[in-house]
Amino acid sequence: MGKVVLVTGVARRLGGRFVRRIQRDPEVERVLGVDAITPEHHLGGADFVRADIRQPTIARVLAEYSVDTVVHMDVTGTPLGSGSRATVKETNVIGTMQVLGACQKSPTVKRLVVKSSTNVYGSAPRDPAVFTETTPPKSLPSGGFAKDTVEVEGYVRGFARRRPDVAVCVLRFANILGPGADSPLASYFALPVLPTVFGYDPRLQFVHEDDVIEVLRIASHEPRRGTLNSGTFNIAGDGVLLLSQCARRLGRPTVPLLLPVVTWAGSAMRTVGMTDFSPEQIRLLTHGRVVSTVQMRETLGYEPKFTTAETFAAFARSRGPGLLPPEALAAAVDRIAALPALGGGHPPTQSAN
Amino acid sequence: MADAKVIPFDDDRSRGAAAQRPQRRRSAGSRRKGEPAVVREVQPLPGRAVPQDDGPVAGEEKAPVKPQEGGLEQRIAGGLAFLRRRLTGDYEVDDFGYDEELTDQVLMSLLRPLYEKYFRVEVKGIDNIPEKGGALIVANHSGTLPLDGLMMQVAVHDNHPAGRHLRLLAADLVFVLPVVNELARKAGHTLACAEDAQRLLERGELVGVMPEGFKGIGKPFSERYKLQRFGRGGFVSTALRAGTPIIPCSIVGAEEIYPMIGNAKTLARLLGFPYFPITPTFPWLGPLGAVPLPTKWTIQFGEPIHTDGYPQEAAEDPMLMFNLTDQVREQIQHTLYKLLVQRRSVFF
Repeated sequence: MGKVVLVTGVARRLGGRFVRRIQRDPEVERVLGVDAITPEHHLGGADFVRADIRQPTIARVLAEYSVDTVVHMDVTGTPLGSGSRATVKETNVIGTMQVLGACQKSPTVKRLVVKSSTNVYGSAPRDPAVFTETTPPKSLPSGGFAKDTVEVEGYVRGFARRRPDVAVCVLRFANILGPGADSPLASYFALPVLPTVFGYDPRLQFVHEDDVIEVLRIASHEPRRGTLNSGTFNIAGDGVLLLSQCARRLGRPTVPLLLPVVTWAGSAMRTVGMTDFSPEQIRLLTHGRVVSTVQMRETLGYEPKFTTAETFAAFARSRGPGLLPPEALAAAVDRIAALPALGGGHPPTQSAN
Repeated sequence: MADAKVIPFDDDRSRGAAAQRPQRRRSAGSRRKGEPAVVREVQPLPGRAVPQDDGPVAGEEKAPVKPQEGGLEQRIAGGLAFLRRRLTGDYEVDDFGYDEELTDQVLMSLLRPLYEKYFRVEVKGIDNIPEKGGALIVANHSGTLPLDGLMMQVAVHDNHPAGRHLRLLAADLVFVLPVVNELARKAGHTLACAEDAQRLLERGELVGVMPEGFKGIGKPFSERYKLQRFGRGGFVSTALRAGTPIIPCSIVGAEEIYPMIGNAKTLARLLGFPYFPITPTFPWLGPLGAVPLPTKWTIQFGEPIHTDGYPQEAAEDPMLMFNLTDQVREQIQHTLYKLLVQRRSVFF
């Protein structure tokens, strides 16, 4: 008998991709996609159940199809379409509570995978440089998506205590980027000129969408020999990029602003409703955040295919050149190097070394 | 160690200086162009025909051997390549935000005049720092502004034969301040906490720590060269867990750069600083008062204290921690007194 997998949040691109991918796995018999709105993309051969996870109907869905694996991906920072921050928070927190309540009632559920985020660590100057899964955050996130994830993880821990027979896996993803990412950070990098905080150059880590899908797949199947896929894991690509580096690689100029100005402008823009540039986003772009992925490698047994730099390169390619494309800058430097006044005349490749 | 006691003080000083100068220059020259260590060994041969690769070294050290344009051209090409990499973002930083290229080529070059010309730092016992593998350098802290840490970083960087980089552990205040935090991270500094220190030591890095913290750097001038309490000795347990040696380091000269005769506590509290120094010149002369006095510095790296002989659970033994902390502290204090006796004057 194959597995019946229920995936929440399939109306988003990432959820849709995961549904299409997991039903190709031989041990999966049936995939159910759940979301409050009908997805625009196709879901392969998966069944779509239109249900709002904030309502108790989700319990009926679990019972009716005797679901054994629940992949809860509807924990997100941005509203889908025209939604407000309040709706997102409701879906994150109340939705998770409903899903967990339904799982607790269901005798068939054997495995629960929750998509969380490294936002749970917050960003503060007094934190250690690298977070491990056990690092307690110095300052708990005060609001926004970060606080949602902290609360979601709290409920998930409670569920794991009450149902020790269910394998629970919490995956804390770093900033997810990829050719079609729709995260707040992706929309930030889409700005023609990047506002930055003066005097701070945060360290950022990215994880590629392909790696996200693969890790979710590993977590929703039986663990491979020698690995364990229940517990909490940080998921991020290798290496670190500074924000200044990101801007240069994207070819977008930066405008350093003083921190109070950034905070004020962010709240003003939120009030007007132009963007949802939340305070925790500003904190991330001020102090940065780096997580250790040792557990992901050694316990979960997963090696990410993309490093942070490669993820960012893939993202940059999909976005097109900015105002100052790095190639143009490099060519300009090469032209200076080739000037006869500088004893040039040697091919530019030499100076590239 | 026994030999060093027999040699008279003045003799020792001139010998040390003579032996060190050329070595530092050489390593600085070759390192600046990012060349492998092999070049350093080949380079001193005088009459040798210099191959293309040696150009930058020759251009800096021995101009007559090679026409000046060659070296200049190489240097311009190198500079442009550096500019190109920086402009396109094509460089690497590690998990802590350490930008090795920027540190080597820009930040160290900015600090070097201060190190060589202003404080005329003399370095002793650089051989006590291992060629490779993790090690924890523990130093005294003084001088109102943490210039001693930066000078120690330049000292290791320019003098160590293996060209090792020192990763300093800094107070949290450093990472709160804008600009300062950015530069500190890029220069390889990180927050002084057990997690970061252990992670660096386990990666085989050379870590520098000043356990006196604000108590040491902000102490009044009357208490100069009197070591304060060494925190809670956390550095010892970190070194024990990582099994790395502890290298005591004594810095003489930093105490007198800003003789702190008073502390405006109310102002400090208002600004959120741990202390607000009042020196004979600061804040009376404004920004001019912030110029440090040109004292003559000596940095001595002492004999390593090995920690790999202790069992795993030793890091949990508070008595052993206190003993080792005291041992390190005593050794630094003792060396400080010895160096002070040898010192001719504060400024020469």
